[in-house]
Amino acid sequence: MQRCGHVHLWLLGLVSLIFLISGVTKVNGDVAHQESHPKPQSELKSNQTEHVHGSSVITGIPVVTFKWHHVETPYLIALWILVAGLGKLVIEANHHVTSVIPESALLICFGFILGGIIWGADGVQTFTLTPTVFFFYLLPQIILDAGYSMPNKLFFSNMGAILIYAVIGTCWNAASLGLSLWGCHMGGAMGDLDIGLLQYLLFGSLIAAVDPVAVIAVFEQVHVNEVLFILVFGESLLNDGVTVVLFNVFDAFVSLGGSQIDAVEIIKGIISFFVVAFGGSLVGFVFGLLISFLTRGTKNIQIIEPGFVFVLGYLSYLTAEMLSLSAILSIVFCGMCCQKYINSNMDERSVTTVRYVMKVLANGSETIIFVFLGISAIDKTIWVWNTGFILLTLLFIFIYRFIGVFFLTWILNKYRLVRVEFIDQLIMSYGGLRGAVAYGLATMLDENKIKEKNLMVCTSLIVVYFTVILQGITMKPLVNWLKVKRAAVTDITLIEKLQNKVFDHMLVAIEDVSGQIGHNYMRDKWNHFEEKWMSRILMKPSARKSRDYVFNVFHKLNLKDAMSYVAEGERRGSLEFIRNETAIINFNKKFGDDCSDVMPDIMADTSDDQGGMSSMRGDPVPSISLEMHEQTMNGMRESEDINTHHLLQQHLYKGRKQHRHRYSRSHFDTNKDENEVQEIFQRTMRSRLESFKSTKMGVAPPKAITKHPKKDHQQKMPNGKSMDKSKTNYSGDEDFEFSEGDNASGYEASGHSFPMRLTYRAGAGIENPAFMPDLDPMAPVQIPPWRAEAERDSSMVAPSQRAQVRLPRRPSDLCRLAPLSINTRSDNSFLEADVPLTPPPPPTPTPPPNYFDGSI
Amino acid sequence: MGSSSSRMDHIPNAEQLMQETGFSAAHILRLYARFEFLDKDERGELRPEDFGALRGLAMNPIGDRIIGAFFSRGKETVDFPSFVRVLANFRPTETNTIRDGGQSFSRTRKLKFAFKLYDQDRDGKISREELLQVLRSMLEQQVTEEQLQSIAERAIQEADLDQDDAISFEEFKKSLERVNIDEKMSSHFLR
Repeated sequence: MQRCGHVHLWLLGLVSLIFLISGVTKVNGDVAHQESHPKPQSELKSNQTEHVHGSSVITGIPVVTFKWHHVETPYLIALWILVAGLGKLVIEANHHVTSVIPESALLICFGFILGGIIWGADGVQTFTLTPTVFFFYLLPQIILDAGYSMPNKLFFSNMGAILIYAVIGTCWNAASLGLSLWGCHMGGAMGDLDIGLLQYLLFGSLIAAVDPVAVIAVFEQVHVNEVLFILVFGESLLNDGVTVVLFNVFDAFVSLGGSQIDAVEIIKGIISFFVVAFGGSLVGFVFGLLISFLTRGTKNIQIIEPGFVFVLGYLSYLTAEMLSLSAILSIVFCGMCCQKYINSNMDERSVTTVRYVMKVLANGSETIIFVFLGISAIDKTIWVWNTGFILLTLLFIFIYRFIGVFFLTWILNKYRLVRVEFIDQLIMSYGGLRGAVAYGLATMLDENKIKEKNLMVCTSLIVVYFTVILQGITMKPLVNWLKVKRAAVTDITLIEKLQNKVFDHMLVAIEDVSGQIGHNYMRDKWNHFEEKWMSRILMKPSARKSRDYVFNVFHKLNLKDAMSYVAEGERRGSLEFIRNETAIINFNKKFGDDCSDVMPDIMADTSDDQGGMSSMRGDPVPSISLEMHEQTMNGMRESEDINTHHLLQQHLYKGRKQHRHRYSRSHFDTNKDENEVQEIFQRTMRSRLESFKSTKMGVAPPKAITKHPKKDHQQKMPNGKSMDKSKTNYSGDEDFEFSEGDNASGYEASGHSFPMRLTYRAGAGIENPAFMPDLDPMAPVQIPPWRAEAERDSSMVAPSQRAQVRLPRRPSDLCRLAPLSINTRSDNSFLEADVPLTPPPPPTPTPPPNYFDGSI
Repeated sequence: MGSSSSRMDHIPNAEQLMQETGFSAAHILRLYARFEFLDKDERGELRPEDFGALRGLAMNPIGDRIIGAFFSRGKETVDFPSFVRVLANFRPTETNTIRDGGQSFSRTRKLKFAFKLYDQDRDGKISREELLQVLRSMLEQQVTEEQLQSIAERAIQEADLDQDDAISFEEFKKSLERVNIDEKMSSHFLR
């Protein structure tokens, strides 16, 4: 009930907004709502204008003037965006509704309401979706987003099918609909209409295409399996291009007039079809490469990277339009080509920005499109009712979609390795939603050439409503009822990914042996070519290094583990993070649910000279420590306050605020004080490990480990050396290997990298080491070993020591250990592991931080 | 049809092979042609060098393992029936014959093949070293040895249920149970 109240409030607000913008400027003073603030201004304005008009002499400097016409256009645009956004907000707030009725349908209905209001106020429809606005300002970002987030491998491995559906299927839809309608017309089913065969075909072509906007909106809510999704989605993207091309060809035919058309013209039409389609794709490809190439060189000014993507993407659209090639195909391919390269070239933050802004734009456009589709309906001038025409169109669209899909799939299934199942075909056919592209094209029709333009516009609107609303609503129940295979929501595992790669190689090898050239073979060749040439030219060398697929998966998993480790530790509360809880909270907060999205926060540059590689190198330190500082300041418990304060005093957490608020337009400022940052990080990690271990043991660590000055020294050495040393250490030291899944050994080993840790270990296990004031005073200056390593290896990949090899195991073990949990085995091994450590420790193990530190 | 059946006569045990592997006569003929092409010395059997002559295979990171899979233990050559039997592992499972049993049988067979690619010493387990070798050949250029180590470690840990630091076939099978093996391990041409 409460919610309903909110909705009404919102609607009231929106309604008043509409009144405001639809030219009803005489806002009544007694309508008291939140938009009333312009009122004084309007009064002011009227006074002012009278004044000005009356005398045209400025007698005094006006303090405030009201210049509506000055800002009218941008103001209206902004308001519309706001209205659409608010509409979406309201709709999304009612989750139980959106789970039944797809958002797109609701937005259209919202549009109906708005349109009704405008109609009521103005008596004419002031706002309709014009083709220019739609094709130039609303569509491009949606398509760019679709292309950019296209799963390329999936797309290309189903490319054949997608192309067949998109090209042949669309042509089939257009032709069959046009011809059938014409036939019915001839048969007298529609009464007296001035439409010839060519016009029917033109109409067929404009309404033939499945609309990506509508399809994405519906299908992303139902989570069908990925093959089905890519087929529908890919088809809808490409056939938009196809339908525009077809439309233009038929439009030309119509202008030419029936008598002029001979075989030559038809052949020219077919040729132009292919030229336009492939030319557009080519333009997109070129622009995609251009974007990739530009982002390769933005090392010093990363802030402009996202700009390039958007501007060049848009330019590819406009260029193709200018050359009268298919703009939609152009921008699709632009997005698809550049995604791989820009994602690895750009800074992580830029990638997130691009991704996010693209989603924002696409979503905004989508919302506006649907709202306007609704608004456009409330317009008496376009409503020309012809029952025969409209109903037959609906019927034929539905039927021919089914026929087309089933027939094409039947052919495709003869060749496809993985058959498209019957149920999937049903869903594909049923998912043939028409959308704004059809409407946009219909409004582009020339009234002089096509007498029944309004009928076509109105029919296409009805088709859109019918498919989006009715089919959209029934899609989900249908998918459930037919038990369509859903997308598996599973965690990735490293071994699966690894095995997938093996499978790929295996199939190539088998094709080699059996002497067949198949798509595995082609893909392999393409990969080689791509690796050899394109990556070299289009990718930063540093980016190329660490983008191996399996390795990336590995890295992601590590990150995830790190997060779950923290979460688990926190949940159990047994890691004795209590005093450190601030740090933990920060880790959690920072790492969030989805590592890839949050990473950029964590990936801050820590030093200028590392600029280039910083994009590759995760450095979790800065933001964490920043937060930590804050948290330390507010969230401390009373009892610990003094202790902490003491520590903070001692360890110079000062001057950070200044760094923080420095403003720069081109750089996100990050904490440059590396030592400080490292010190904090180091300390946090150390104490966590320590306390984790002691809890696990239940007692204080059994013995003190003597300090190794030499080791310390080694670690303090900058870059290369210590690393080399540790490397040799490692290789010579095969037997330093914990062969059991115990928890502590890894940390135990890694403990040695913290020289000062040893001192306090001797003390009480309960005392939290992080807050022992007598920690090595050198700490702030010291380059921690993992840092040294990071510097050495710019590609910045993961752990380099056997000790670290253990790390990934940790969190899962934690889970396994869950309740009381330490199984005896692991307990023992822990003790065992502890003992051999007393002698000079084997490798200079890198501390767990590295774990967070890996490359993306 | 006459000519094809007469050509079939050249092929030893053709009918039996067809029955065993499910290949059609056309497949067998095509594979036989391929076999003869590979068999440069016309001895009716292939040696590893014959496979090695294939350029693509030589470039394939796991090419030598694939070749190795054609040769049963201790044998230096492979004759046509064995050649076909190995390739039969890559035949897609026929949709109309899929019964639960049939499919899982084919799945196990395919997985067994994949497993053997790792398990070079054929002790029924993928040891860390064996996994590392595969990783090394596949990722070589981009990743350092240490990273390989940790990847191998992690992969083993994911699959290793009985904590013996190696992956047995059952563990292997289990770890891939969500993968559509039939799709991943089927060659279009052997359909």
